[in-house]
Amino acid sequence: MKPTDIKDQEYFHKVVDCQYACPAHTPVPEYIRLIAQERYTDAYMINWESNVFPGVLGRTCDRPCEPACRRGRVESEPVAICRLKRVAADFKDDIQDRLPSAPSSKNGRKVALVGAGPASLTVARDLAPLGYELHIYDEQAKAGGFMRSQIPSFRLPETVLDEEIGYILNMGMVTHFNHYVDSLKALLNQDYDAVFVGSGAPRGRDLPKLDGRQEGDKSIHIGIDWLANVAFEHINKVGKRVIVLGGGNTAMDCCRTARRLGGEDVKVIVRSPFEEMKASAWEKEDAIHEGIPIVENHVPLEFVCEGGKLVGMRFEKVSAVYDDDGKRSLIPTGDEPVLYPCDEVLVAIGQENAFPWIEEDAGLEFDEWGMPILNPETFQSSCDKVFFGGDSAFGPENIITAVAHGHQAAVSIDLFCEGKNVNERLEPGSSLISQKMGIHEWSYDNDVTTDLRKVVPLVELTSALQNRKLEVELGFDVKTAFAEAERCLNCDVQTVFTDNKCIECDACVDICPMDCINFIGNSEEPELRQQLRVKANNQTQDLYVSGDLNTGRVMVKDEDVCLHCGLCAERCPTAAWDMQQFYYEVTKAAPLS
Amino acid sequence: MTYHRPEFRHPELPTNELGYTRKHYEGAISTLCAGCGHDSISAAIIQACFELSIEPHNVAKISGIGCSSKTPTYFLGNSHGFNSVHGRMPSVATGANLANRDLTYIGVSGDGDSASIGMGQFAHVVRRNLNMLYLVENNGCYGLTKGQDSATSDIGSAGKKGTPNPFEPIDLCTLALELGATFVARSFSGDKDQLIPLIKAAISHSGFALIDVISPCVTFNNTATSTKSYEFVRDHIDATGKTDFIPVQQEIMADYEPGFTQEVTLHDGSVIHLYKKDEDLDLHNRLSALQAIHKCKEKGEILTGLLYLDPDCEDLHEIVGTVEKPLRDLDEAALCPGSKSLDAINQSLR
Repeated sequence: MKPTDIKDQEYFHKVVDCQYACPAHTPVPEYIRLIAQERYTDAYMINWESNVFPGVLGRTCDRPCEPACRRGRVESEPVAICRLKRVAADFKDDIQDRLPSAPSSKNGRKVALVGAGPASLTVARDLAPLGYELHIYDEQAKAGGFMRSQIPSFRLPETVLDEEIGYILNMGMVTHFNHYVDSLKALLNQDYDAVFVGSGAPRGRDLPKLDGRQEGDKSIHIGIDWLANVAFEHINKVGKRVIVLGGGNTAMDCCRTARRLGGEDVKVIVRSPFEEMKASAWEKEDAIHEGIPIVENHVPLEFVCEGGKLVGMRFEKVSAVYDDDGKRSLIPTGDEPVLYPCDEVLVAIGQENAFPWIEEDAGLEFDEWGMPILNPETFQSSCDKVFFGGDSAFGPENIITAVAHGHQAAVSIDLFCEGKNVNERLEPGSSLISQKMGIHEWSYDNDVTTDLRKVVPLVELTSALQNRKLEVELGFDVKTAFAEAERCLNCDVQTVFTDNKCIECDACVDICPMDCINFIGNSEEPELRQQLRVKANNQTQDLYVSGDLNTGRVMVKDEDVCLHCGLCAERCPTAAWDMQQFYYEVTKAAPLS
Repeated sequence: MTYHRPEFRHPELPTNELGYTRKHYEGAISTLCAGCGHDSISAAIIQACFELSIEPHNVAKISGIGCSSKTPTYFLGNSHGFNSVHGRMPSVATGANLANRDLTYIGVSGDGDSASIGMGQFAHVVRRNLNMLYLVENNGCYGLTKGQDSATSDIGSAGKKGTPNPFEPIDLCTLALELGATFVARSFSGDKDQLIPLIKAAISHSGFALIDVISPCVTFNNTATSTKSYEFVRDHIDATGKTDFIPVQQEIMADYEPGFTQEVTLHDGSVIHLYKKDEDLDLHNRLSALQAIHKCKEKGEILTGLLYLDPDCEDLHEIVGTVEKPLRDLDEAALCPGSKSLDAINQSLR
């Protein structure tokens, strides 16, 4: 193999598994260390700059970081990264004086933002400090988009949402709430220099062809619409027996909300096997904890109505069968269809994009699935002044993805409005700084605790079910937060190897608790992976290969389960190994520092 | 700030016949200087014992005084250990071995501990063919007392202080050969591929097994003028050949060129294969070993690898005809055989 080019910042970026997996590339280990140091405000600001809604995301994020967490490959569970983010939000001081402000004299450019969800708000946060005049449109009375309409208050209190949206809106922008944008052409005809579309994926899937759908219509609701109606207090009760169709996170929010609005017998019924449901494992757990059974392998057959009134649903039992390629088909078991009596049904089987307000002759190209044709890096559409982000760009994802899109779209819009090429973007910023303080002394806590993952305490179940606005999770207290923060392996503190300093004494090989380090003859990667002290079977993790050493061998380190404990550097007599903190920052239009 | 070894190990760490991983053979974290050759030797012992599937509680580690003699703390933390008086490891090992012949004895010593203060003890334990691995961690200096030249330091070699050593060195391997050692090898801490099979063979040998391991002292004797530095040893090393250790009942897989290999079957049935560089070397011939060592020395090179082996030797127990069981397993009837036995003995002396 060729020597690893550690000057390519993407190499070490990939070693920081959590940050690499995060769509917004939040510097996770850095903020976790700050939490351990009780510097909650600093931890919050690192988050705020990167993901804009730390308080919201600390409660609701899909957490792509946690399955990626290296700790999960070393012991049973990853670090509770998401809930530590909430700790930063819960215990921070007033941050007003740390926020950027919009200049009083504007730069003369006007940008329209369609939809006031996380993507648009991120664009607003990035462009306002640069002096842009921002016009933000939303059909609802308040900003927040699906963060407000779809996420129930018992998971995300309104105060938290209002606070973090407030930081952005307070930078000064023109808000057009209760204003549904019904024509892109009309918008383009105004004097906007650019338009950002962050209108989400607003259409919930239905089962229009199922028998009884029309007859039972009064008692059958589309999940996301029903949740929005609850959030905006148009709906405040539900029948005693409720069936929720679907296996995603929306289904989990629907069933738990139903439990709080008077639903006593609430069931989730899903086509797929339990293990393959789209909902996050923790959301399924939360639903089950609230006494909601999840019935798997049941495909809806019909809505059963009597006298124009919905009385139940009939299902066909199936079992999942997989072909050689692992493709799943649901094969009927041949059992009698099952009837589940119910008063109401919530359909939460997915959502789709819809752009009824974009005219065919507006100058935008769409693909065969009705999605806008975009440059995936710049988010620019085929109409050069229109940019997309969030769910409206590439289909339904999540908040953190919308934020990541928003940052990049803001960079594009800024370049575009400056008359520059949107493809010529600044590289992400990074730094690599030695952490050595003295003998046995590093500026990070390199001890590796064996503590297991801490559990977030919950409010007592009975009171939780009585009040849909009572937040269920209590969050970590400071002491538990510290213990959880200490579980972080500091993967951003990199093992940096300088080959011309190495005397090949083997001290690092002998001390490494995880057998990551090898000194062997070089060969091609597949062979090399098989020849290491412990075979490098995790292909998603790179091998760090040095240049030729004096004996003709090379140093090969398997990054997979490195604990970043620093013992290799500790035992190195010549400082050929050093522990250096790698800090990686995504390119943004208006960085804080 | 911390200096602890984390508890975690690689989740895919291989296991041996006992179901143990290398972790079960580790000891406390080393307090020697970073980069000390001795730590590599400890790691090689760990690996060898793991590969041999030795039960750690059936091993006794015995040492004297010095950097080398501290190292038994850093391997086999679940074994017996005795850190004895300077140079007196052989006496303690002899006593322990005579009391319990069922254990595996690993004696660790240094060049000072063996070639100076313990020279007399060394000579006699070799003569007696005590069944043990006697491993010398040879760095040519007294690392624990600021790096003075030791008795194995080559003439003219200079450590960190810069003064060349004026005295002739003691070569523990040639000395052991003269004194009748039944297993003699030399190795280098920086060459685990060679060292690990040698340790496995030495542990499997029933008799006295000496491995003299050159182990650079990074702090005092790793200079450009020293003949025991990493660089000098790497530049001047020669090997008798590649040693393979094949445990009992394992098929011999390697394909050797005929005429250049020598195969030795040990008492326990395991096999040592030496893929020789020099056709003239005969592992069963002391003279051949001595000649090979001296030939290399004349060329300014250090001969490593397996040098001599007598697999059919009698160890101390056999020579003096001791009881076959460990003393702790002898019951009252065996220990006090009664007046009839005493009479028989008395009669035999008349």
